[in-house]
Amino acid sequence: MPTPTTSTRSDTDLYAPLSGVPLTAGQLPRGAAPLTLLAVVLAGVALWLSGWNAAACAVLGAITYTLVVTVWSRVVEGSRKATDRLVTAVVTCAFLLALLPLISVVITVISKGLARFDAEFFTYSMRGIVGEGGGAYHAIMGTLIITGLATVISVPVGMLAAIYLVEYGRGKLAKAITFFVDVMTGIPSIVAGLFAYALFALFFGPGVRMGIMGAIALSVLMIPVVVRSTEEMLKLVPNELREASYALAVPKWRTIVKVVLPTALAGIATGVTLAIARVIGETAPLLVTVGITSSDNFDPFDGRMATLSVFAYNSYAHPGFPADAFTDRAWAAALVLIIIVMVLNLIARLISRLFAPKTRG
Amino acid sequence: MALSTERPSPRRVPQRPGDRIFSGFSTGAGVLILVALAGVAAFLLVEAWPSLTAPAEDISGGEGLVLYVWPLLFGTLISAVFALVIAAPLAVAIALFITYYAPRRLAQALGYLIDLLAAVPSIIYGLWGFQQLAPLTVDPTTWLSENLGFLPFFAGPPSATGRTMFVAIIVLAVMILPIITAVVREAFRQTPRLHEEASLALGATRWEMIRMAVLPFGRSSIVGASMLGLGRALGETMAVAIVLSVSGGVTFNLIGSGNPSTIAANIALQFPESTGLQVNTLIASGLVLFAITLVVNMAARAVINRRKEFSGAN
Amino acid sequence: MKRSTLGRVLALPAAAALTFGLVACGSANEGGGNGDSGEGGGSGGGVSGTISGAGASSQDAAQQAWQAGFLGNNPDATVNYDPSGSGAGREQFVAGGVDFAGSDAYLDEEELAGAKERCGQVVEVPAYVSPIAVIFNLEGVDQLNLKPATIAKIFNQKITKWNDPAIAADNPGVQLPDTAITPVNRSDESGTTENFVEYLKAAAPQDWPHEVSGDWPVQGGEAAQGTSGVVQAVSNGNGTIGYADASQAGDLSTAKVGVGEEFVQYSPEAAAKVLEVSERVQGRGEYSFAYDLARDTTEAGTYPIVLVSYELACANYDDANKAELVKAYFQYIISEEGQKASAESAGSAPISDALRQQIQPAVDAISAKG
Repeated sequence: MPTPTTSTRSDTDLYAPLSGVPLTAGQLPRGAAPLTLLAVVLAGVALWLSGWNAAACAVLGAITYTLVVTVWSRVVEGSRKATDRLVTAVVTCAFLLALLPLISVVITVISKGLARFDAEFFTYSMRGIVGEGGGAYHAIMGTLIITGLATVISVPVGMLAAIYLVEYGRGKLAKAITFFVDVMTGIPSIVAGLFAYALFALFFGPGVRMGIMGAIALSVLMIPVVVRSTEEMLKLVPNELREASYALAVPKWRTIVKVVLPTALAGIATGVTLAIARVIGETAPLLVTVGITSSDNFDPFDGRMATLSVFAYNSYAHPGFPADAFTDRAWAAALVLIIIVMVLNLIARLISRLFAPKTRG
Repeated sequence: MALSTERPSPRRVPQRPGDRIFSGFSTGAGVLILVALAGVAAFLLVEAWPSLTAPAEDISGGEGLVLYVWPLLFGTLISAVFALVIAAPLAVAIALFITYYAPRRLAQALGYLIDLLAAVPSIIYGLWGFQQLAPLTVDPTTWLSENLGFLPFFAGPPSATGRTMFVAIIVLAVMILPIITAVVREAFRQTPRLHEEASLALGATRWEMIRMAVLPFGRSSIVGASMLGLGRALGETMAVAIVLSVSGGVTFNLIGSGNPSTIAANIALQFPESTGLQVNTLIASGLVLFAITLVVNMAARAVINRRKEFSGAN
Repeated sequence: MKRSTLGRVLALPAAAALTFGLVACGSANEGGGNGDSGEGGGSGGGVSGTISGAGASSQDAAQQAWQAGFLGNNPDATVNYDPSGSGAGREQFVAGGVDFAGSDAYLDEEELAGAKERCGQVVEVPAYVSPIAVIFNLEGVDQLNLKPATIAKIFNQKITKWNDPAIAADNPGVQLPDTAITPVNRSDESGTTENFVEYLKAAAPQDWPHEVSGDWPVQGGEAAQGTSGVVQAVSNGNGTIGYADASQAGDLSTAKVGVGEEFVQYSPEAAAKVLEVSERVQGRGEYSFAYDLARDTTEAGTYPIVLVSYELACANYDDANKAELVKAYFQYIISEEGQKASAESAGSAPISDALRQQIQPAVDAISAKG
């Protein structure tokens, strides 16, 4: 038999002596990919230190790594594995690339927001504040009240509509509602604001500004989200539960209230919380419906209220003197908004965990 | 709807008052949604009507409604479509990475982060784009106009501040990225486990498994999610208003100072100082935007519905 | 189902409590708030109650300063000001949606008729005068003299390089680079734009062929939202030039503007002087002090690019308390103290004593109907 001169592969002992066809394909040595990555990163850092543009280094590094690993793998492992490695590298790069701006956003908000992230910001309103100092207590409360009201309006309507769609709905009406709920998710937020404004202007005359108007505008944006997530969750409730309940002669409405809803509750709560997070940062609709004030106003049925998003927007767009004090407040308000959204997300997770249907006795 | 067909058809048990009230309420809620939507549409139409019938020279710009809305519509479409072209592949990559490539623990944290970013207020993205991103793009766009200037997109002259359509597109892409990712990830997660395992057992590499088992299953979800993202990008108001330098008409040049505005941003910028017919004109442009988002959502719905028929889910 | 009844019973309210918990917690904090809740009602010194205004965003900072000063003297009063824009402010004022308004332009004929219907005579006083600075950012240059015609040509994109002979002629000894000029304008409709364009039209009619409106008429320039947007855009670029409320110019260089034969740097005094050389518009009623500004003045020491913003109120209100409050607030605004407050925090130019004496009777005339 010929001596194994045909190949440089390391595991020559695995050649079948008779056919000469390998039973296993070649494989890159363990740690080949990480080591290449390390080498590329080191080279990139070296280039960067020698005065290159950081972005150019990163791009060059990513391309080099992808090329080296793909070509190496193609030579050693064949085209299928090479494609796999190529895709892995590309997907990872794309992921990192996409993460970059997202992380940059978070870092920007945190670093700029911390300047005014102090006790005064959370306890003072802007009433009587000139220039530096002051806070957004009134805006934080306004945001919570208006979003809370929007929730109080949206959740019952949205949940009942979802119940209709899943438990009662049949025929044309159900189809129309399903379709138009989808259309509703696409309403531009400013259009929702204009709608609420026009609606109230009909009854109270032009120039009317009330917290409840903002809540209604937000509800228009929120209801479809609530309907969609509730609908999905109700559909997941096994039919056997309903049938068991009917079999015990429980009326349908009691079945829904006592069996279906509790089973789906965790998912619904998550959906609702995410819906709140979606609308709490809206600026445009609140701008045209709620306006802004510098004093405390916690009565949503009487006059202008402050909200965090409009507060941030206004401080940024119409600063007084010194402008830095206003910009700092705008960023701090933005940071507070993000933190509220984060807390809401955490609550949603917590609810999911606490109330997820338990299967154990 | 599987539930309604499986259930024994109309129940003969005498309807109890509780039942009647409850079903009445839930039907009412559904109808209320329809009424609200009809209200939005009717309000837009009524408020826009004066500008639809007004003589051309009374409309802002003096050339009639169509010529007023057209550049805005163009800006809206070009920004949203390009944003989608950037965001959709990246979103699929992120979803794949989180679902199939990242270690389990990391994946959970990443999923949480992405969900969180979907809820960051748009004004923050606007300020970020203006203050952080725009200055960074001045040098690259100058390079683009010098070396790729023959392409209409990079015709230049490049903006000195970076507040270009190019940046607006990137900001929009970043904004819709989390939304598309969330939906696509959900779809990937629902890929039948057995399909994945079967293809791996047959010796497929990870990519081949994704290509043959995951992507076909998730394809229509990807399209649907993209349409959702497109809808969001079309209606985005504050971020565009802050980032974009709007002072031009219809142009494909993405890196200059003069860019067409978008419908939503234009409403936000002009509404406060507008009176009379100007307001009607702005609302008419809002009506156009509403119509477009309606079409986009209808398209998305059609695609998603097809998926339901073909896939074995449910 | 193997879930405990207790769990089921508790689930809904618990979830509800969690969902709305934030709001509930918030209201508990209310007591520990800032101690300035306006609803106290008790009779302190001065007037009490709430009035709301809306209008020009340019006045926002000044209104905040006035509110701060006014509320310091009248702790039981609350004044709101919504910077929703001049147009919106006028519209709401005429329709009765707000008690007073701020506007970058005086009421037009139609609005004036509507306002008279609402409140008899209209009180219209120019209480906020703000110089508009021509700001620029050009490496190596921190002083510039610009004639009106040159400014008009730059913003009309007829002059496109900084070393253009027209600029060089007015700036002997300044090293002007061969950088492209990027003019920056407001992308939102604004009173600042309207006043700036009005100035260009009046002072350089040949070089500014566009009509006067709050919308920027030239296409293809750099546009940014709001004063802060313009200031930032100018700061971010090299070779940029823009116009913005002088108080917001910050570290940016500001150009001296040609008036007659000399070049004038903006200053509060120079800006306030414009009103003195301008004509009051006649036939609008005894309490309306509307001015057509003499933008093309050649009077020495006058800075003609100013934004004059008006305060609008009714001479008669249905509600006596409201009338009292508006009157007190307006009296404060035009007082020396009030003008000083807005000058400090908004960079406005205090109105002259002569003007104050003229408009004082209008403000004093605010009263309840009947």
